[in-house]
Amino acid sequence: MSSLNLEEIRRNINRRQQINKIFAILGLLVIFVAILTLLGLILEMVIDGHSRISPDFFTSFPSRKPEKAGILAAWVGTSLVMVVTAVAAVPLGVAAAIYLEEYARKNLLADLIEINVTNLAGVPSIVYGLLALGLFVYQFNLGESILTAGLTLALLILPVVIVTTREALRAIPNNLREAAYALGASKWQMIWDHILPYSFGSILTGAIVGLSRAIGETAPIITIGALTFIAFLPDSPLREEFPYISFAWLQAPFTVMPIQMFNWVSRPNAEFHINAAAAGTVLIGMTLMMNGIAIYLRYLFRKDIKW
Amino acid sequence: MAEELSDGVIFKPKAEVKNLNFYYGSVQALKNINLTVPEKQVTALIGPSGCGKTTLLRCFNRMHDLYPGNRYEGQILLERINILAPKVDPIEVRMRISMVFQKPNPFPKSIYENVAYGLRVRGENKRSLLDGKVEEALRGAALWNEVKDRLNDLALNLSGGQQQRLCIARALVVDPEIVLFDEPTSALDPIATASIEELMSDLKDKVTILIVTHSMQQAARFSDYTAFMYLGELLEFNKTETMFAKPSHKMTEDYISGRTG
Ligand SMILES: Nc1ncnc2c1ncn2[C@@H]1O[C@H](COP(=O)(O)OP(=O)(O)O)[C@@H](O)[C@H]1O
Ligand SMILES: [Mg+2]
Repeated sequence: MSSLNLEEIRRNINRRQQINKIFAILGLLVIFVAILTLLGLILEMVIDGHSRISPDFFTSFPSRKPEKAGILAAWVGTSLVMVVTAVAAVPLGVAAAIYLEEYARKNLLADLIEINVTNLAGVPSIVYGLLALGLFVYQFNLGESILTAGLTLALLILPVVIVTTREALRAIPNNLREAAYALGASKWQMIWDHILPYSFGSILTGAIVGLSRAIGETAPIITIGALTFIAFLPDSPLREEFPYISFAWLQAPFTVMPIQMFNWVSRPNAEFHINAAAAGTVLIGMTLMMNGIAIYLRYLFRKDIKW
Repeated sequence: MAEELSDGVIFKPKAEVKNLNFYYGSVQALKNINLTVPEKQVTALIGPSGCGKTTLLRCFNRMHDLYPGNRYEGQILLERINILAPKVDPIEVRMRISMVFQKPNPFPKSIYENVAYGLRVRGENKRSLLDGKVEEALRGAALWNEVKDRLNDLALNLSGGQQQRLCIARALVVDPEIVLFDEPTSALDPIATASIEELMSDLKDKVTILIVTHSMQQAARFSDYTAFMYLGELLEFNKTETMFAKPSHKMTEDYISGRTG
């Protein structure tokens, strides 16, 4: 190869590498803008609110005096609602995804369901609130309760759980399915012994991403009639005597973190805005904690699985 | 019951393919296949890429049932039962006929659980019985000595050749009547290939083997019978020595001597 030729090749490579670099820099820039904006927002809130965050803040009910007011009812409410949401949405969503992915015939009906599920993920949350008000509150008489709120949010995140679970199932290579079938496994054995364990980490991540969305939802909870000022806790789920657990809390009135925030922000007294910032900080902390758990669990379940 | 080939070779048939046509949707991949698989012998399926070897092999364990649109016509008789009949549950067929795939595909589980799975599927959970069967299968697959101290390790940490032998152990643990191999060494290096070939020659006293291979040498080295396929048809079937010495079809001759393929 002549030296002239080599020079030309290098110029050519240079040109192409430059385009490559331009994109890399552009991408980095975009990411920085997005992350910095987010960090800025969070930081501002933390700076505003951190002074109010103390043990008392977590153990006090709301009060007319800003510095005495706390988020006890709100975080307990949020936690209990999340439990209901998770218990309702995860098994339902995973089961639906398994059916759609592994059992349903690929026909027009399946396509219709698929389009519907995807679209449901984009329906404004207030619409779910209205649906829940009509269905759970008026039709089933579940009241303006933790149960109603949990089920409402479960409906809201069901599409997310279904879609992420389907993707997790689809990611399992076909040769593992065939290996199981070739040994005489039934479809259910194949799913239960292989598909579910191998995709467990991803399914869990999807569920937690869904719950992270639910934890911040305000509109549908207000629609079904959550209280904004509440100075008592629901019944404890744990009992001293047999059977040690109780489900009375499901029927209790409640409030949740975002509503508490909303309530404080809308007061004229600026002192309450500090409370709102503090509650927001706690809420973000809760979300981060859930995502952290998701990442850890995914690591835990995937470190032994590769293909 | 015995079968006689054109030049007087006599063997005991294990399975009989009769007028088999197979369709992927509207595409016909197998055309009127007739083949008798001899019992406790190695039968090799050879032929150029895309001629339908894998398709034919996967008819034997009804693997095609897993995907919509696939259609069989004709019969495969296994002890007088037509295993392609719709009323025969594919699970029943797969419990009698095991398969080893082209690419090693161990489950992301422990070595022990990989081998034990075929038994667990059948509802066998007694530890003492599983232990014995797993050891027997691993010995049968010439893997026991390498893994006996780390049965609880992940199967995916084994080398490619070891993984394939694990897949063979997994296929053997259920005492199958036939084991299907689809180019089991094509993803392996020469040394691993040699050990798998040796293993397969050892197996043929115990079980009927049907193996797809693209390597003429492999077919010649250890198969007893060879079937040559071309464009979805089975052109020739004979004792391996006979076929390699004096193929009766021009196509077979060209393929064996490397002029096509
Ligand atoms: N899933 C499939 N759908 C449609 N056609 C297929 C499918 N699998 C294989 N074929 C076609 O069937 C023919 C035989 O394929 P195959 O049995 O894999 O050949 P071989 O194993 O001999 O290389 C080929 O023409 C191939 O393109
Ligand atoms: Mg093939």
